[in-house]
Amino acid sequence: MSAATEQPLERRAVISGIVQSAVGRHLGRTDIDLTIEACLAAVQDAGLTRDDIDGLATYPGMGTGTPGFAGPTTPEVQDALRLRLGWHDGGGEGPGQMRALMAACLAVAAGLARHVLVYRTVSESTAQGSGGRQGIGGGAGGDGGVPRFSGFLQWTLPFGAVSAVNWIALVAQRRMHEFSLTREQLGQVPLNARRNAALNPAAIYREPMDLSDYLGARMISTPLCLFDCDAPSDGSTAFVVSHRDYAADAPHPACHVNAVGTALRGRPSWDQFDDMTTMAARDAAASMWDRTDLRPSDVDVAQLYDGFSILAMVWLEALGFCGRGESGSFVEDGTAIGLQGVLPLNTAGGQLSGGRLHGFGLIHEACVQLRGDAGPRQVHRRGGGLPEVAAVSNGGGPIAGSLLLTRGSG
Amino acid sequence: MPARGPSIRLLPRIDQENRFFWTSGSDGHLRFLRCSHCRHFVHPPAPRCPECLSEDLSPEVVSGRATVVAHTVNVQEWIPGSAPYLIGLVAIDEQESVRLTTNLVELEPEHVRTGMAVEVVFEHLDNVYLPLFRPVAEGADPA
Repeated sequence: MSAATEQPLERRAVISGIVQSAVGRHLGRTDIDLTIEACLAAVQDAGLTRDDIDGLATYPGMGTGTPGFAGPTTPEVQDALRLRLGWHDGGGEGPGQMRALMAACLAVAAGLARHVLVYRTVSESTAQGSGGRQGIGGGAGGDGGVPRFSGFLQWTLPFGAVSAVNWIALVAQRRMHEFSLTREQLGQVPLNARRNAALNPAAIYREPMDLSDYLGARMISTPLCLFDCDAPSDGSTAFVVSHRDYAADAPHPACHVNAVGTALRGRPSWDQFDDMTTMAARDAAASMWDRTDLRPSDVDVAQLYDGFSILAMVWLEALGFCGRGESGSFVEDGTAIGLQGVLPLNTAGGQLSGGRLHGFGLIHEACVQLRGDAGPRQVHRRGGGLPEVAAVSNGGGPIAGSLLLTRGSG
Repeated sequence: MPARGPSIRLLPRIDQENRFFWTSGSDGHLRFLRCSHCRHFVHPPAPRCPECLSEDLSPEVVSGRATVVAHTVNVQEWIPGSAPYLIGLVAIDEQESVRLTTNLVELEPEHVRTGMAVEVVFEHLDNVYLPLFRPVAEGADPA
C-alpha cells in the first residue's frame, strides 16, 4: 500500500475452516449431498457449530451452464441446514470463482456476518454420464432442430468454437507465435501436476506420466492435447470465513487474507480482449499487488488456475513470478515449479490431476500448505519452516480473480 | 484439406440488434456498426458508441480483408460427425481491435500463418450468412 494508514478491509477476514468432500469421477451422488458433507465438516474444522454460521456464499449457484456445473443454490443449502443468516450471496459474475470467498471477506469486514460458510460444488462427472465432455450448446442436432444462440455464444458457436478449450487454444497458439512457447514447455504444467498428485491420496489422476506420454496424447484443439485439459469431476469444497478476531480461538492455524485481486480493465470478452496473451489475469493480478506490501518474491507456494495448462502459465506472468512471455523458460525442466523449487506450483495436483473443483480446490490446497498439513507434498521455505505466503488464482480469459493468503497476520 | 467447420452449425438467434451483421453477406459484403461521430467500428453491436457515447451508429461496408491473430485445429468431435476444422481469430483491416472468431477455409492447417492476410467468404444457412475467411490470393488486387 502506498498509503498504509488504512489497511485493505479484506485483511479483517481469515479462513478458519477448510474441507473437501469426497472427490472423484462418477461418484453418483447429488450436488446437495456433497455440499452438505463438505459444509458440515468445514464448520467442525473451524471449531464451530452450525448455530455460529451467520453467512452463506457460493459460486455460481443459481445459473446456467453445462449439467453439474452450478452446484446447489444458497437457499437450498440454507434450508437443508436451517441456517439463520445475517448475510447471503450467490452468483456467477465477478472476479473468478473465488468471487464468493471475496464477497464473504467483505461481508465479515462490514460486520454483516461473523462466520460465513463458502462452498463450490461440481457434479459434472456424474451429470455428464459416460458420454464424455460436452461442448456448450450440447451435442446439437437430433430431431428437435438446431438451437439458436444469443449473447457472446452467437459469435463463437456457429464456427464450431463450442468449448472453452477452443477459445483458450487460440491464446496458447498466439503465445507460441509471440513468445516461442513450445509444447515441451507447456507440458511441464501437467507433468508437475501429476507428480504432485502422486503425493495426494485425494487426487483423481495419480499414475505416473512423462513427457512422451504428454506429447503422444490425442489432440483436443491444437496445440492443446488431452492432458492440457482438466476433466469433469464431482466434489464439494467448503470454507469458513471468519472475522480475524476469531483466529486465536480457531482449532487450526487461520489463513489470513492479505489482499484480493479483482480488477477487469480490458473488454470482458474471450475474443475481443486487447491482449490475447494475458487477458483478465493481467488486471486482477495488478490490482492485488496494489493492495499489499508483499511482493512476488515473498510468495512461498502458488496455486494457479489450470483448468487448461496454458492458463497457469498466463497467471505465472500476470502475477509477476516471471517476466512477460517468459513462463515457458520458467517452467522448463520443471525444477522451478517443483516442490523443492523457487515457486512450488499446484502442489495437490491442480485441477489437471487433482480434479476440476473449479478454482476452490486451489484455495483449499493453499490453506493446507499454510497450515502445514500437506504431508509428503508439504512445501518448506528455504532454510526450513512452513510457508508463510500463498498465492491463489482463479479463472481464464475474461474471468480472473486472485488472492494472497498468509499464515500469520503479517 | 480440413472441413470448413463442424458438421452441424449452431446458429445465432437473429434480433433487431444483430440482423444487419448476420444477413450482411446476402450482397457479398461484410458490415460492422460504425460511429458517425468518432468513426469507431463497434463490435459486437451496441446501442451507443463505447468510445464517444454517440448514439449515431449505422452499419458500414468494410473490405472483408482481415489478418489472422490466432488459430486452432479443433479435433475433438463435440458435434457428432465433425471432421477436424480450422478455427481462426481474425482482426479486420479497417480496425485492429475488431475481431471475429471464424473458420479459416480453403487452406491446410500447416499453411496457416499468424499475421497472414485473409478475406471473407460467406456460408449461407437458413437466414444467416456466416463470415468465413480464406487466404488472399498472392498478388491479388486489394478490392
